[in-house]
Amino acid sequence: MKARTRFHIAVFLAPAVLVYTAVMIVPLFDTLRLSFYRGGPEGAEFAGIANFRTLFGDPRWSASFWNALGNNFWFFLIHMAVQNPVGIALAAILSHPRLRFAALYRSAIFIPTILSFVIVGFAWKLILSPIWGIAPGILDAVGLKAFFAPWLGKEHYALTTLALVSVWQFVGIPMMLIYAALLSIPEEVLEAGEIDGLTGWAAFRKIKLPLILPSIGIISILTFVGNFNAFDLIYTAQGALAGPNFSTDILGTFLYRTFFGFQLQLGDPYMGSAIASAMFFIILAGVCLYLFGIQTRMRRYQF
Amino acid sequence: MTTRHLTGLLMASTILAGSAAFADDVTLTIESWRNDDLSIWQDKIIPAFEAGHPGIKVQFTPSAPAEYNAALNSKLDAGSAGDLITCRPFDASLALYDKGQLADLSGLASMANFSDVAKSAWQTDDGAHTFCVPMASVIHGFIYNKDAFDALGLTVPATVDEFFAVLDKIKAEGTYIPMAMGTNDQWEAATMGYQNIGPNYWKGEEGRLALIKGTQKLTDEDWVAPYRQLARWKDYLGDGFEAQTYPDSQNLFTLGRAAIYPAGSWEISGFNAQAGFKMGAFPPPVQAAGDECYISDHTDIAIGLNAASAHPDEAKAFLEWVGSAEFADLYANALPGFFSLNATPVAMQDPLAQEFVGWRDKCHSTIRSTYQILSRGTPNLENETWTASANVINGTETPEDASKRLQEGLASWYAPQQGN
Repeated sequence: MKARTRFHIAVFLAPAVLVYTAVMIVPLFDTLRLSFYRGGPEGAEFAGIANFRTLFGDPRWSASFWNALGNNFWFFLIHMAVQNPVGIALAAILSHPRLRFAALYRSAIFIPTILSFVIVGFAWKLILSPIWGIAPGILDAVGLKAFFAPWLGKEHYALTTLALVSVWQFVGIPMMLIYAALLSIPEEVLEAGEIDGLTGWAAFRKIKLPLILPSIGIISILTFVGNFNAFDLIYTAQGALAGPNFSTDILGTFLYRTFFGFQLQLGDPYMGSAIASAMFFIILAGVCLYLFGIQTRMRRYQF
Repeated sequence: MTTRHLTGLLMASTILAGSAAFADDVTLTIESWRNDDLSIWQDKIIPAFEAGHPGIKVQFTPSAPAEYNAALNSKLDAGSAGDLITCRPFDASLALYDKGQLADLSGLASMANFSDVAKSAWQTDDGAHTFCVPMASVIHGFIYNKDAFDALGLTVPATVDEFFAVLDKIKAEGTYIPMAMGTNDQWEAATMGYQNIGPNYWKGEEGRLALIKGTQKLTDEDWVAPYRQLARWKDYLGDGFEAQTYPDSQNLFTLGRAAIYPAGSWEISGFNAQAGFKMGAFPPPVQAAGDECYISDHTDIAIGLNAASAHPDEAKAFLEWVGSAEFADLYANALPGFFSLNATPVAMQDPLAQEFVGWRDKCHSTIRSTYQILSRGTPNLENETWTASANVINGTETPEDASKRLQEGLASWYAPQQGN
């Protein structure tokens, strides 16, 4: 008996595939293609790996690139070390059955996530402003004025400050995902643990944490991709030159300056594409590492 | 029913207006990024031109400054750009001329009204062809709070030593922040700092052209010394100046909390509207009393002819008028702070603007050192200068290191700097 050709699958897939191909896949491959070209007198000409050789071989380009990549890793580390643990803690507290006003807290913590980067960047710039900001005033009120510094203007603090602002903005996302995972843990499992004497912290560590590990994994990879694609917050707070002295320059701002140009510097789409390709491969490598190295080894439980 | 009447009325008026324009008039369209100036063009400049040139109508159609270059390029490529093109200085416009999209205007009679420095921003590198009629420049200097100076018994400094003595006095007295500037946005440090005080050290055009020719280097004393002065500014800026932005600086000054503001003349209209105290201005102080003084009189805006314009003769008539003293007077007084580049001096009605433009009589004009030719490569000298100036003021890089880094960057791609 001949299997019927299932045309309807193709028909239903078509809109999504077409749109996704047009706006994501084609531009992605075109960017990769563009990174092997350079501008010549008659438009683009093939240049082989010359752009990548410049990016990694030229002392100035490579210094900028490694600086941006290093900053990006620091940006990511702060998110992993602060955003995700805090998100998990908040979710654990919120899922406590006797907590009052849980819905209010949940919304309040999640709201910054839906704000525009421009608003967040600008609001925090004002809060931290040494001239008009409320940060110096608040610190003064509790006698800690000596600890205030113009953080966004100091090379050593600016990137960490911005990373923490970004954490503030996005802590709602791990909180929501973990919260959902925690709610899906069946009562029976917890009750069984309780009979065996596991309550409070021990119950969280020995029962809930293993069960939400897959969610934590997903959150980590989302954070990784989000951080290595980040651009907006740095751009709105520090501008395209990512000052002071490029201390907040991440791959996104480096790409922007190169691709679109800045002030008197004309844009170079070919070098820009090379940077974009490097970003793509870094993210690809990170995601692969996670998928094949961690995801496959993670133990899953079914109820 | 009213809607339909209104629609009918609107359509009728469109047809009428359309037919009136079709009758005999030629309409010229101006592309510009100065959307702030829309009312000045519509109410003052265009009526003045149309009154003297019957048969030519002019429309001013600006776009947002940040989008202008991209929008203009695509309009020119598509053949839908206006007849008259407002020109950015240097390479952006030069590229349009090289592509044949801006017409050569060297033959325009009114070009004789402009000096070589004024035209330099819109010429081919050899100076043989000029493709835009210069309109305005901005001058750098310092604006000060006259009330504060009077209250503290200070006089306007003429030399660098006097300048720092004044700053010391303001600081010791404590009421005012001596100088309103921040390094957060970086360009202030370069534009209002380095390019403001620098020309006195590198002797204006002499040093700038020598740098382009390759006979001077950024590590020469004349180019390092301005950084040494900038490094001294640090102590006179407000608390937390590292995170102070450009609008912060403007507000600090106009709120009367700071005494001196390293300025560009474009601030004049804004400050006149905001500040509740008397203001004065002084040029960048010279090293020793009696030295020749140099000011940054930076060519900023010009207007050229779209090579594909259908009405080149009418457009040229307009450009000749832009080069005239009449236009210079109208434009400069409508926009105090954007000074006419016309050789005929314009009497400014605004006293602060008059102070700025008065320096042209006693000092030599030059333009920002990094703008012509030297910012064509990577690393980009102008952008590097922003970072270097901010670093020097922050104290994170010494003047010598900053100059050395800039010179190495420039020499890495600019041939005339490579031989020595």
